[in-house]
Amino acid sequence: MELIFEKSVSGRAGVRVPMSDVPKAAPLPDALRREDQVRLPEVSELDLVRHYTNLSRRNFSVDTNFYPLGSCTMKYNTKVTENAGGLFASCHPVLALLPGGEALVQGPLSLIHGLERQLAEITGMAEVTTQPLAGAHGEMTGIMVIAAYHKARGDNKRKYVIVPDSSHGTNPASAAMAGYEIVTVPTAPYGDMDLDLYREAMNDEVAAVMLTCPNTLGLFNPHIAEICAIAHETGALTYYDGANLNAILGKVRPGDVGFDVIHVNLHKTFGTPHGGGGPGSGPVGVTQSLIPYLPTPRVVRKEDGSFSVEDHPEGIGRVSDFFGNFGIMVRAYAYIALLGREGLIEVSEQAVLNANYMMARLKEEFELPFDQTCMHECVFSASRQLQNGVHAIDVAKYLIDRGFHPPTVYFPLNVKEAIMIEPTETESKQTMDAFIEVMLEAARLARENPQRLHEAPVTMPVGRLDETRAARAQQVCCE
Amino acid sequence: MGYCPNTPDDIRQMLEVIGASSVEELFAPIPAGLRAKSFDLPPGMSELELMRLMREKAASSGADITPFIGGGIYDHFIPAAVDHLASRAEFYTAYTPYQPECSQGTLQALYEYQSTICRLTGMEASNASLYDGGTAVAEAALMSLRITGRHKVLLDASVNPLHREIVNEYLHGLSAQAVEVAPQGCASDLKRLMDSIDDQTAAVIVQTPNCFGSVQDFRELANKAHEHDALLIVSCYPIALGLVASPGEMGADIAVGDGQSLGNHLSFGGPYFGFIATRKRFIRNLPGRIVGETIDHQGRRGYVLTLQAREQHIKRHKATSNICSNQSLCALRGLIFCAALGQKGFGELAALNYDKAQYAKTVLTSIKGVELLNSGATFNEFTLILPRDAAEVVQQLLDKGVAAGLPLGGYYPGMERALVVTVTEKRTKEEIDRLAVLLEEVLWS
Repeated sequence: MELIFEKSVSGRAGVRVPMSDVPKAAPLPDALRREDQVRLPEVSELDLVRHYTNLSRRNFSVDTNFYPLGSCTMKYNTKVTENAGGLFASCHPVLALLPGGEALVQGPLSLIHGLERQLAEITGMAEVTTQPLAGAHGEMTGIMVIAAYHKARGDNKRKYVIVPDSSHGTNPASAAMAGYEIVTVPTAPYGDMDLDLYREAMNDEVAAVMLTCPNTLGLFNPHIAEICAIAHETGALTYYDGANLNAILGKVRPGDVGFDVIHVNLHKTFGTPHGGGGPGSGPVGVTQSLIPYLPTPRVVRKEDGSFSVEDHPEGIGRVSDFFGNFGIMVRAYAYIALLGREGLIEVSEQAVLNANYMMARLKEEFELPFDQTCMHECVFSASRQLQNGVHAIDVAKYLIDRGFHPPTVYFPLNVKEAIMIEPTETESKQTMDAFIEVMLEAARLARENPQRLHEAPVTMPVGRLDETRAARAQQVCCE
Repeated sequence: MGYCPNTPDDIRQMLEVIGASSVEELFAPIPAGLRAKSFDLPPGMSELELMRLMREKAASSGADITPFIGGGIYDHFIPAAVDHLASRAEFYTAYTPYQPECSQGTLQALYEYQSTICRLTGMEASNASLYDGGTAVAEAALMSLRITGRHKVLLDASVNPLHREIVNEYLHGLSAQAVEVAPQGCASDLKRLMDSIDDQTAAVIVQTPNCFGSVQDFRELANKAHEHDALLIVSCYPIALGLVASPGEMGADIAVGDGQSLGNHLSFGGPYFGFIATRKRFIRNLPGRIVGETIDHQGRRGYVLTLQAREQHIKRHKATSNICSNQSLCALRGLIFCAALGQKGFGELAALNYDKAQYAKTVLTSIKGVELLNSGATFNEFTLILPRDAAEVVQQLLDKGVAAGLPLGGYYPGMERALVVTVTEKRTKEEIDRLAVLLEEVLWS
């Protein structure tokens, strides 16, 4: 498809700019003026609408295709919560910073406070901040809170953060941005971080250990409480990456298990749309003793029941411009209110049921490195298919031809040719059966006609793209 | 209740296949002692009840206040097509385009977005968005440390105070330092900034227009920075770039800013998007996702996420940033906004902002005791000195339904009488005149 710039016709007008009702002002001095007009496309409104409507049709999405992308929790995004998100479109955040302005924005402030309380109860933490703008931003914020805690205690020798080798890349990257060196602990043959090696790595120079539970293999680590206790014995804190919270809603609360800091991804567990890569939202929860170090400002409920925005002087400072991705927070708040206690419990139960069903049906044909009851996702390996020269990526591309978004492939890194499937609770048995049939078909093709898989996809506007060429050419904008 | 479609019969059949007797049995791997101690949430509700609750909250969100406030976030007109196109579920319910063949919609849109940001800022390479304006400035600061191997940035204190807080927060853990240089009146103190650049300086960070609304020429500053192999980072307000010289024209090495003003609703602080663009030679130091053009085996043009070896999922703790999710959908809105206005319309919109603010300047400074603090040019914001405490005045005017501006006392001690007034194209002459009448009333009657 042509680029919007290639559809531009000089002199063609787009949307009309509002009329002026004031006199034309004296121009800016030449040195401060832009030399030429910004080279934006000149298209009619219909050109514009057709271009982006047709572009959108070149996407798979949850609303059009089953999207079992492991570790991303691509559940259905409820429509009423979208409507709720739009209700605050014209609310200016700076109003809250004006003297007397808080009184005007009690609605949004009560909503932020309400979401913080909902999330604190769901995760078993004492307090929550909604300021972080995505999961990784939450991780960085959480680790900064941990750093501030140690520093306030005069404990300045801690310079390491421990992560398992199966962790999301954001964990070590976030800890590094907060100034820590990373110690990586390998996975044991049983699928979890090696407990003995972890014990060896833990000492009083470690600030924190970061974990996902269930882990990235979709398995619940039975030693999780022990891992927390080992950290606490040396004075280290424990960080819970909430990427997989969907599996344990109402069943386990990280705070009860012994985690000190957590983040949750509203765009995973709480049903807000992924937007083609964002916006997300990554609220952070902490235990009582870490509350002083949360970022500033805090939304506080006063004795008279009204809400105010207050500085948090001992805190780590500001990590984003205002109160977080508020529009996303509205959707999550509405989602939690809509589902309620029973609905959220149903979410984790059905997510786990769906994943185990998928696992049970596919393990005949696909290698299952850790054959045990899984939580919300299961990880296969394409190692059997590899004997016929078929890789996980070939299976993934074939799924595209059959109308399914592929699972996550090649993650986690500790499984060779990994295929990570997370169906989520919002998919029906019938949809999963259709997907399973295609997966089994791919396994058959791997034996009988591997070429078909290597050629996939053949039904999309483009076939497999040359990534090496892209990296070499570095063509990232049009001339 | 949980939007779970499986019927009791489906569930029974699935359990049979799994070989479990109940759903609860699937949770057996969780040790009994680790079960939730509480899960005290209210029961769910219907859509009707939910929307009643949400409308109640939205009723108290200051929607009837006429805003003359900015602070980096601006009340601009949004063409209807932006909402309609960005509401296409194929865009908003998709995820990161890791599988390019079934994500060409998002990928091509992001490539067009990157192209648009380059054209706006006068730069050569943009990423696919960052979180917001403040974190974009912070990421640019970190980027300059990586490029130069140095540990200090000079931070002009006329950069948005909220953004400066974030820069300080990001640098803090890395034993790097932001040295702030106080402005002179409403302008960056260019002489002191230039004198402060030394061979330890990674970058100088300035903003255009700055938080007092002033627009300045940074060309000399850029040259001075480059003499010391330091970078110039310019944070900019994209709507202003329809009129004001771009960071590229000013000699900047990195341009950043908040993209909210490009088609994103105010929405009480987000979601917006941050943008970052640079010279082609620094492309490998950019944080976050980048979309690149390539071809498939038949030579058909397509787009992929590229240069991923910089990113956390590959490089882990050695990545250029920890960012994973960005603000893709907001960036898409920014793109559609720019394309909807087009080359001519975008310039006209900027000019309209400038004209309206100039008109407001004239009207407001004709009030007794009200003076303009900016000595040079401004875009759509300017700073007034009032005869008394600006915070008090703002509070009194809020009661009359007008947010008259942002008082600076809380951010710049000694500037308690200073007020930054913002006038976008959405403010009518009538609203501006009314602001003047009300301000005069509050000050003098």
